[in-house]
Amino acid sequence: MVEHRPWNDIIAYAILTLGVFIVAFPVYVAMIASTHDAATVVGGRMPLLPGGHTLENYYRAVFVGGSRTAPEPVGHLLLNSFISAIGIAVGKICISILSAYAVVYFRFPFRKTAFWIIFVTLMLPVEVRIYPTYKVVADLRMLDTYAGLILPLIASATGTLLFRQFFMTVPDELLEASRIDGAGPFRFFKDTLLPLSVTTISALFVIQFIYGWNQYLWPLLITTQDSMQTIVTGIKKMLTTTDELAEWQLAMATAVLAMLPPVAVVVFMQRLFVRGLVETEK
Amino acid sequence: MANVVLRDVRKTYTGGFEAIKGIDFEVGDGQFCVLVGPSGCGKSTLLRMVAGLETITSGEIDIGGRIVNQVEPADRDIAMVFQNYALYPHMSVYNNMAYGLRNRRMPEPEIDTRVQEAARILELTAMLDRKPKQLSGGQRQRVAMGRAIVRQPKVFLFDEPLSNLDAKLRIAMRVEIRKLQRRLKTTSIYVTHDQLEAMTLADILVVMNSGRVEQIGNPLDIYQRPATTFVASFIGAPPMNLMPLRSDEVQSQFAGDSRAASEAGILGIRPEDFVISNETIAGGIALDLTVEAIERVGAETFIYGTRQHEIQGVAANPGELPPGEVIVRIPGAVAPAIGERIKAVAPRGSLHLFSADGRQRINP
Amino acid sequence: MEKSAVFNRSKLLPYALLAPQLIITFVFFYWPASQAVLQSFKREDAFGLVSEFVGLENYQAVFAQPEYYKAMLTTLVFSTLVAALSLSIALLFATQADKNLKAAPVYKTFMIWPYAVAPAVAGVLWFFIFHPSLGTLARPLRGLGLDWNPLLNGNHAMALVVMSAVWKQIAYNFLFFLAGLQSIPKSVIEAGAIDGAGPMRRFWTIIFPLLSPTTFFLLVVNVVYVFFDTFGIIDAVTAGGPAGATTTMVYKVYADGRLGGDLGGSAAQSVVLMVIVIALTAVQFKYVERRVQY
Repeated sequence: MVEHRPWNDIIAYAILTLGVFIVAFPVYVAMIASTHDAATVVGGRMPLLPGGHTLENYYRAVFVGGSRTAPEPVGHLLLNSFISAIGIAVGKICISILSAYAVVYFRFPFRKTAFWIIFVTLMLPVEVRIYPTYKVVADLRMLDTYAGLILPLIASATGTLLFRQFFMTVPDELLEASRIDGAGPFRFFKDTLLPLSVTTISALFVIQFIYGWNQYLWPLLITTQDSMQTIVTGIKKMLTTTDELAEWQLAMATAVLAMLPPVAVVVFMQRLFVRGLVETEK
Repeated sequence: MANVVLRDVRKTYTGGFEAIKGIDFEVGDGQFCVLVGPSGCGKSTLLRMVAGLETITSGEIDIGGRIVNQVEPADRDIAMVFQNYALYPHMSVYNNMAYGLRNRRMPEPEIDTRVQEAARILELTAMLDRKPKQLSGGQRQRVAMGRAIVRQPKVFLFDEPLSNLDAKLRIAMRVEIRKLQRRLKTTSIYVTHDQLEAMTLADILVVMNSGRVEQIGNPLDIYQRPATTFVASFIGAPPMNLMPLRSDEVQSQFAGDSRAASEAGILGIRPEDFVISNETIAGGIALDLTVEAIERVGAETFIYGTRQHEIQGVAANPGELPPGEVIVRIPGAVAPAIGERIKAVAPRGSLHLFSADGRQRINP
Repeated sequence: MEKSAVFNRSKLLPYALLAPQLIITFVFFYWPASQAVLQSFKREDAFGLVSEFVGLENYQAVFAQPEYYKAMLTTLVFSTLVAALSLSIALLFATQADKNLKAAPVYKTFMIWPYAVAPAVAGVLWFFIFHPSLGTLARPLRGLGLDWNPLLNGNHAMALVVMSAVWKQIAYNFLFFLAGLQSIPKSVIEAGAIDGAGPMRRFWTIIFPLLSPTTFFLLVVNVVYVFFDTFGIIDAVTAGGPAGATTTMVYKVYADGRLGGDLGGSAAQSVVLMVIVIALTAVQFKYVERRVQY
C-alpha cells in the first residue's frame, strides 16, 4: 500500500484477526471439549472455557483406550503414526536422494528413461490405484505391518525432483575440484554433496512427515487390527458407534493429540516448511 | 512547469535513524537538478520524499507553490523513472504509457495522440504492441521515460535510471535525457551516484553525504571551488590530492596569509594542476615524488608517486587517496620511469585549502 | 540444463543407486496401475477365483449408473465451491498480510498451520462444531430458524464437508498467494500509484493480472485436492451420505470396491479418474512453463 492512511492498517489487522479466529476456532473448541466430562460435552451447551477434566480425559485416552469400537489406547496409536510418518519421510529421502544423484551426476544408457519413469509417478496419487496396490501389499503379506504402511507411499517422485533441482544449482567446479583431490563418487557424495543438501533434506523431511502422519485412506485400507491403526484413522473409529453414544470428549482429546506433532513441526520449522512446500510444487 | 522548494526537510525512521538531517534547496522552473553522493547518503530517500513515496518527519516540500507534504503521489502531478524501470510486465508498451492517462479519465483519442507523439520522440513507434520482456534494456528505459512524458507533469523524478545499462549505452542515454529535458523544459530532479553523470547533466548540482547537503551550485563552480574535502575528493576523477599540512609547512608556504596560516590543515591539488618541472613557481608548491606506478590511457598519463619522507598508508574514506600518495596527470604519453624521482609543481592559484576537519574551505 | 561435470566411468554404480526407487516404483506404482487398467476390462466372480475378459462392459455399466453421474456432479459442485471459496478468502488474507504490518509474521504462522492438520481430523473437528445435537454452532443455527441436520439433509452435509475442506485449503492457498504477492516488485506498484491508480484499481489492473500464474496453479491444485485429499473428510464426517449426497468419484471407487465387491467396476472408475488427473496435470505443466516468462 503506497498511500498513508492510518485506518488502512486497522482494517488489515481486523481482517487478519478475523482470519486467525476462523482458523483457530475449531481447534480451540476441540481443546475445550477435551477438558470437560462426557455429559457436558454431549449435552449441547458446552461452555467456551476449559473444564476440569483435562488430566482425566487425556489419561484415559492415551493409556486406557476409548470405547468398545476403538479400544486401543491412543498412546499406542501415536506410536504407530510416529513410526509410519518417520518411516515415510526417511524412506523417501533416502531413495530419492540416491536416484537424483544418479540421474544428475552420472551418464549411462537409459538415464533419461529412468528419470521419466520416476517422474510419471507424480501424476497419480495413491487414491487412484488403491485396490490393486492393496492386492500387491496383501500378496507380499504386508497387511497390518509397518512396511505395508510405509513402502507404497514412498514411491512418488516429489523427493527426486526436489533433489534434482537442488543438485542442478550446485556449481560444477565443486565436483571438478573434488575429483582433482582424488575423490570418487562415494567420497564426493558423503563429503561434499550431503552437507550442502542438509537444508533441502530438512525441508523435505518436514513436508513428508506431515504427509505421512496425515495419511488416512491408505492406512484405513490395509490395517484391520486395532493395534495397527494410526491416530488419524483411530479417531474416526472412535466416532462410529452402533448403540452407545460416542465419547466425544475423548475423541476431541485424541484429535488434539493427533494435531500436535504436525502443527508443532510447522510452527517450529516454519521456514523450512514453507521452503519445502514452495519448492516441491514447482 | 513548476519549481520545487525544500525547506528544512528531515526524516527520521522509527528506531531513531536520522536519514535526512535538514535539507534546504530550490530547483527553479525548467531546471535540471542532480542529487549526487555515495551509497547510503540519502539521495534516493530524498527523491522519494519529493515523490510522496516516503513520509516527511518535518520540514516542507513545495511543488509549484503548493506544499505537498500531505498530498498523495498520484495527486502531486509528478512522474518518476525508476532504476529498474518498473514497467507493467503484462501490458504492451502502448498500454504502459496510456495507463496513467486512462486513470485520469482522459478521452481515448487524446491519449492516442499523446502516446504516439511520445513514441515518436523516443523512437518507440515500432514497438508499441510489444511487451516489456521483448525489449532490450535501453528500449525499456525509453518506455519508462515515455510513460513519464505523456503525463506532462510538473516535475520529472529520475532514480538512477541509467545504472542498469552497460557503459556505452549509459553515455548515449545520458545525452538523450538531457536533450529531451531541454526540449520539454520540465523541472527535473535526477539521482545518481556517478559523479561524471552528475557533472554532465546538471544545471544545479547537489552533493550529499550522510543525509546532509555538502554543497549546492553549478557543476563547474563545485569542481573548481569545492566547499569541503568530501566534495573535493568526490567530484572529479581521479580524485583531488588531499594532504595534511604539517604546521611548519603551513608557516613557510603561507606566511603572507594570516588566516590560512592559522586555520589551514589540509591542502588539495587536482592532478591536472601539476606540472613536472625542476623550476619552482613563486608562491606555488613543489613536491618531491618517487614514481610508484604509471597509467597511460592514450590522451593522457596518470603518474602515481609517493612523497619523500612519507609512509604509504591506507585511505581513510573510499574515493580518497591513501596518505602519502599523490596523483599527477600529464597530457600525452611520455612519462618518467618507475622509481624515478620527479618534482611536481603547482601554481598558487590552483591550491585548495581546507580546515583541519575538512569541513570548511579557507582560501577564496 | 545438464551438468557438464559428471562421473562417466562408473558402470554399475548409477544403476545400483537408482535400484531402490525403481523397484519400489515398479512394485507399488506401475504394477498396481497397470493392474487397475487390466482389471477394468475383466469381471471377477464373488470369490475372486474366476475372471473373464469383458472388454468395455465394465465401463458401459459404470456410465449407465445414475449414481455415477451423481458422483460426478457432486465432485464438480464440490470442487467449484471449495476452489471459489478458499481461493478468494485466501487471497483476501494474503493481500492484508502483504502490507508490511509489524505483526505480519505472527499472523502468517497462524494462518498456515491448518495445513498440518489431517483432513480426517479437520472433518471431525467441524463435525463436532456443527453436530446437530451437540455442536457449539448448531444451536445458534437452529436459533436462526434453520433446521440444521447434516446427518439427514444432503445439502447440509455438503455444506459441512465444504467448510472443512475450505478451512484446510485456505492455509495452503494463503502461502502461495503471499509468495506470489511478494514477488511483484514494489516499484511496479509505486509506479502505478504515481500513475494515478488508487488501491482498488491497482489491485485489479496490476496485481491481479501479475498474480494469474499463481492463481491458475492454485486452481488446478485445489481441484485435484478436492478430487483426492477430501476422502478423509468425507469418510470421517458423512461416509458419503446421507444417501450419497457427499459421495465424490474417489469415494465411490472406495465404496464400490470394498463394500460392493465390484472390483471390475471400481477399477474402471479408477481408470477414468486417472485419465482426468493426467489431463489436469498436463494442462498445469503446460501453463506453468509459460509462467516462467515474466
